[in-house]
Amino acid sequence: MAIVNLQNVTYQYPLTDTPALQNINLQVNEGEFVAVIGPNGAGKSTLCYTLAGFVPHFFKGELTGVVEVVGVESHNSSLSEWVLNVGLAFQNPFNQISGAKYTVFEELAFGLENIGIPREEMKTRVEEAMELTGIGDLADRSPYSLSGGQQQRVALASILVMQPKVLVLDEPTSQMDPIGTREVFGVIRKMTERGMTVILAEHKVEWIAQFADRVVALYEGQILTAGKPREVLTSDLVIDKGFGVSRYTSVARKARKQGLWSGSKQLPVTLDEAIEGFGK
Amino acid sequence: MKIQISNLYFSYPAGVEALRGISLTIKSGERVAIIGQNGAGKTTLVKHLNGLLQPTRGQVMIGDWDTAKYSVAKLASRVGYVFQNPDEQLFSKNVGAEVAFGPRNLGFSGEQLQALVNDALALTELSDKTETNPYDLSATWRKMVAIASIIAMDTNIVIFDEPTTGQDAISVARIANVIAELRKRGKTVITITHDIDFCAENFERVIAMLQGQILLDGQANDVLGQAETLATTYVEPPQLTRLGKRLGFKQTVRNQEEFLAALQKK
Repeated sequence: MAIVNLQNVTYQYPLTDTPALQNINLQVNEGEFVAVIGPNGAGKSTLCYTLAGFVPHFFKGELTGVVEVVGVESHNSSLSEWVLNVGLAFQNPFNQISGAKYTVFEELAFGLENIGIPREEMKTRVEEAMELTGIGDLADRSPYSLSGGQQQRVALASILVMQPKVLVLDEPTSQMDPIGTREVFGVIRKMTERGMTVILAEHKVEWIAQFADRVVALYEGQILTAGKPREVLTSDLVIDKGFGVSRYTSVARKARKQGLWSGSKQLPVTLDEAIEGFGK
Repeated sequence: MKIQISNLYFSYPAGVEALRGISLTIKSGERVAIIGQNGAGKTTLVKHLNGLLQPTRGQVMIGDWDTAKYSVAKLASRVGYVFQNPDEQLFSKNVGAEVAFGPRNLGFSGEQLQALVNDALALTELSDKTETNPYDLSATWRKMVAIASIIAMDTNIVIFDEPTTGQDAISVARIANVIAELRKRGKTVITITHDIDFCAENFERVIAMLQGQILLDGQANDVLGQAETLATTYVEPPQLTRLGKRLGFKQTVRNQEEFLAALQKK
């Protein structure tokens, strides 16, 4: 049973001439990890906002089609009800930090305070989220005194504490160091194993290939193709349109022209796939 | 114009010691990448180069100028700094005015000013957007406006703080192109980045930082091959470097040409 159901979704921001999303059809199952890729301006953030209810409740504009999450239709819901099911981590963590709290610990409790979670449970949830995202040592720091990557961890943790059924992440690791990025992907994967559903907009294809169940390629507001990560991320359609590819894919493509990668072998996206292909 | 940093220490008012004894020389025309985990002190370090931060202890020299003795406004004629987040930098009504702001403040006017602006817009592929309000552009293009507004100042030293963050493949290639052109013009380019593949493909010298100190400093191939040391500052070698190592290549490779050459020899 799909927990996220988008049918013929078209959306146009106010005062614009063309739709940012056109005829999107997407069903996501409970516990699935779906990555959305696409060049800048393809509609990735708009899709995230739509899933998170900001489109149309906050941004207004014209939304047609069906947006259904956990069986509730977006049009029939308010934003304050919607956010109990869906959590969004913004692309820019500055936009997310409340500005009302002096420490990271308090910042993480902010959302829970607003929905009236008992104090003891709040504490437990905040501590667990800090441990998951590796920010235990930042508990007493001001959210504004942190580096970009640290702020992104705080932003992610502040959503995880809410325990949403559907987690929407808009480039949540864009300012993180490389190993930190891999760790965060691991955390996201772990959340899906606990039954959380994750939709992630992201450019980092190596980690998408390793952790996501399915990849949706968005281009000019439409779904260009979707499927298993390796198939989508190595397809000519995606590569030729200027989507990001892993260096393993691009070097194997060149090697194939020189006869150093067998033509019958699927191109690699991850390190292991590249070792397997080049090693024999 | 040489950059000389001697025994630099810096503590933020709240007491966090962000830099702990940095000594570093960067020669004129070098292309240097600074890498390392979040909170390692990379941004704190480069903010010392244009006087946004002043040393708690130690000295920073830009050519013959001690940054402690010159204002940020004055240092701006030698060091251009492209912020990590373009929205912290942009304020004008249109792209043309935004890009002209810096060089005009440095005293350029008339044809000379226009030439600098036109050149910066052309290099960043913004020539058709001069009348647009920067905030009507996508984040990708706002980043290019931020870059153009610094390039137009024609400083000897250009600093990029995380230029590829959130950028797609086409935009990353555009930024790489800008860096290559600055190099041709003899500019010193210093870039903070977490994008290690971008680092490997565009920079000859790499400095890895860890907890306010320099962990590694040297030729890109030497630094980027040291997987174990880099891991202490949460960095992994570039994808092709890792692959080369796993395939048993003898030398460290960091880009496609080096990789394919080594593969052929094998």
